Amino acid sequence: MLYYYLALGLRSLRRNPALNILMILLIAVGMASSMVTFAALRAVSGDPMPGKSARLFVPQLDNRAPADRATEGESPGPLSYIDAVALLDAQRAYRQAAMYPVSLPLVPGDATRAPFTVTGYAVSADFFPMFDVPFDHGGSWSTLDDQRGGSAVVISRKLSQRLFGSVNSIGLSLQLGGHGYRVAGVTGDWNPQPHFYAGGDINDASYRGDPPDVYLPFRRAIDLQVATAGDDDCAPGYNSSDWNVRLRSECDWITMWVELHSAAQGSTYRRFLEGYAAEQQRDGRWPWPPDVRLRDMTEWLVHVRAVPEEARLSFALAVGLQVVCLVNVVGLLLAKFMRRRGEIGVRRALGASRQAIYAQFLTEGAMIGLAGGALGVLATAAGVFEIGGVFQPKIARLVHVDASLLGLTMLVSVAATLLAALYPTWRAAQVQPAWQLKSQ
Amino acid sequence: MRMTLPIRPILAALRHHRSATTLIVLQIALTLAIVCNALFIVQQRVAHLSRPTGIDEANIGVIHNEWLGEHGTVETGALIASDLAVLRKLPGVVDAYADNTYPAVGPWAELLSINLKPDQHGHTSYAELYTVDDHALTTLGLKLVEGRNFHANEVLDVAGYDSVAPASVIITQELAEKLFPHASAVGKVVYLGSAPSTIVGVIRHLQVPATGTNTFAFRSVLAPVRLIMPSGSFYMLRARPGQLGAVLQAAPAALRAANPARLIDADGGVRRYSDLRFEGYARDRGVAILMSMICVVLLLATAGGMVGLSSFWVSQRRRQIGIRRALGATRGDILRYFQTENFLIVSFGIALGMALAIALNLQLMRHYELPRLSLYYLPIGALALWIIGQIATLGPALRAAAVPPVVATRSV
Repeated sequence: MLYYYLALGLRSLRRNPALNILMILLIAVGMASSMVTFAALRAVSGDPMPGKSARLFVPQLDNRAPADRATEGESPGPLSYIDAVALLDAQRAYRQAAMYPVSLPLVPGDATRAPFTVTGYAVSADFFPMFDVPFDHGGSWSTLDDQRGGSAVVISRKLSQRLFGSVNSIGLSLQLGGHGYRVAGVTGDWNPQPHFYAGGDINDASYRGDPPDVYLPFRRAIDLQVATAGDDDCAPGYNSSDWNVRLRSECDWITMWVELHSAAQGSTYRRFLEGYAAEQQRDGRWPWPPDVRLRDMTEWLVHVRAVPEEARLSFALAVGLQVVCLVNVVGLLLAKFMRRRGEIGVRRALGASRQAIYAQFLTEGAMIGLAGGALGVLATAAGVFEIGGVFQPKIARLVHVDASLLGLTMLVSVAATLLAALYPTWRAAQVQPAWQLKSQ
Repeated sequence: MRMTLPIRPILAALRHHRSATTLIVLQIALTLAIVCNALFIVQQRVAHLSRPTGIDEANIGVIHNEWLGEHGTVETGALIASDLAVLRKLPGVVDAYADNTYPAVGPWAELLSINLKPDQHGHTSYAELYTVDDHALTTLGLKLVEGRNFHANEVLDVAGYDSVAPASVIITQELAEKLFPHASAVGKVVYLGSAPSTIVGVIRHLQVPATGTNTFAFRSVLAPVRLIMPSGSFYMLRARPGQLGAVLQAAPAALRAANPARLIDADGGVRRYSDLRFEGYARDRGVAILMSMICVVLLLATAGGMVGLSSFWVSQRRRQIGIRRALGATRGDILRYFQTENFLIVSFGIALGMALAIALNLQLMRHYELPRLSLYYLPIGALALWIIGQIATLGPALRAAAVPPVVATRSV
């Protein structure tokens, strides 16, 4: 029976090609616009640490007088050095890592090669296991190195290849910002998007794209007075270029991440933070009641607005466009089906049931949906390919076509067209055979 | 010629096709709502990215210089000063100065809370800081409207992260009017922190370094300070018209010849300002293009739908048209009938769409940083839809007008 309906559908498609092509185009255009923007949204809003994000937390302590806060009632992003070190030393989480961004000149050992800038992070050793950073060679520096301020450094595969070619670079030395380091590890493929660990407001393309080049031991970076390459926000009256004064100041520039055994331990860790903050208040550091935040990764990404607004906005409007296209298709299908009242009357009179009419017209709708979906798949692929013209290159590179996206395009096209065909089909099934035959 | 429009019979006919009419009205309403809001977003973004920087963009180049090895503040200050002397002597260079950021799309912005009294509660205005010397005005091409430029001996070396407390500052006209609405700002004292600074000059216009700000985008403060940052400096230089390419080619080599212990990154260390500005607004431009594309596609889809539906109606009513023609209706009458019908349908859609547009805007305002929709978008969108509707119906209506009266007498 389905074969018969398919044959009928094909014949009807051939009968008024202009109307059908118009519907197929509308479905394809609507699908492609919502799918391309969906691909972009998917690329920028994924979970950077799947399976682990519920156990990763960012502690925040307010060290700012309420009047000096950037936004009323909102604690600052990063921590001061005082608090970061206190939380590191307290060891109250399963893993804890302090980090801040660095940008340093690298002078290659071969004097004929020009120096260049490398960017990365000063991190404590827990950074690597906490964020599941894989190593091609070697590994992280030891926790002991962390405390003593050893000169180990971890570099990316790309930087290792740029500096040392294909040889295993473990143990080789490099000059960074005027100081010698020894390569302890070379990282493998690791580049969660966005660079959530960066701290601060990451609603920007600069927190996407290539992974960091280098990771310096946090303690060593502090000892060598390596300044942050990120934001450094001081409470009024604390500006100073003297490094040691700075370390004792209410300047916020260090991001902490802690890993707990389970998401449920968040409340325990929060109590610890509140206790620490209350203690600082008793010691007279803050005259105001402490404002303590502990956000898990999902909450943190919302807080730093990691998903660019335009990605959500364009998806929302593209869905609107698709709705308009579908309403359009409903109207056209209605026109198309109602034009065939006579045919329906004859079929009904010859004994076709209402159900048969439903089956026939929904099959026809599905065929249009399939054709629209096929064209939509092509248009989606082309749209994603051309997305660099609209989104910034670093974001556009993340957007990709895969089988699931194209499968979804097909599925949604057919489902949406069937939905659009429901009302016209219902109307077609309501046709009174006697009435139609009489008017012929 | 009869000019009364056949509104009553059209309404009767539309009542007959209630569902089809409802669908097209709904579609027009949705289209109007989305197009108004999308165009509004486009206008916002275009306005944002086309804000004037106030500088001679086409002839300005930016060189990011970092020093290798450790130098003290005073030593680095002297190194920067001698670099600037090298740059100013290069053929084709008009002038040069150093800062840690640059206008409109700068990598850093020092936010200032400007006060008129030292112990003031709540600031008088926000502003952003440029740390420059006496060459900044000629380099950027800024016009001094009042007062004077800095003197060379006013320029102080300040280590990065120390507070900037200059004795003299130059501010933009917009900031001057905000601080001293009814008087000349020159000679007045303002507080950037706890120390007083005297305004010595007012420049016509200069955008602040940060892209994002809207409320104080043109409230810039220039301080005679050489800021010594560990991240190095940006050398801003202005070339004679047409010579920027050659100047940017020659400058790094000249700087390296003077002192090789430096890093000017091969990848992005030397840039034209116009390129930086173009890249800095990539986001705004992308959104504007995307929203415009959505609008165009939406209007095309709606037009396509109207063509389809009117063709259908025309073919359905061939008999009636024939009868009307046989009873004496002219071709013009038939044409006018379909054009009027479309006008009425679009008008219903517009009425609903205006309400929808405002509702959509309120929704968007709740979820995104968007201002209230300017109401003049509604009549513009309505006019566009009326015109599109008339054009879309023209083809089918002309076909209807061509139906010969003899159709009335033929059976189907």
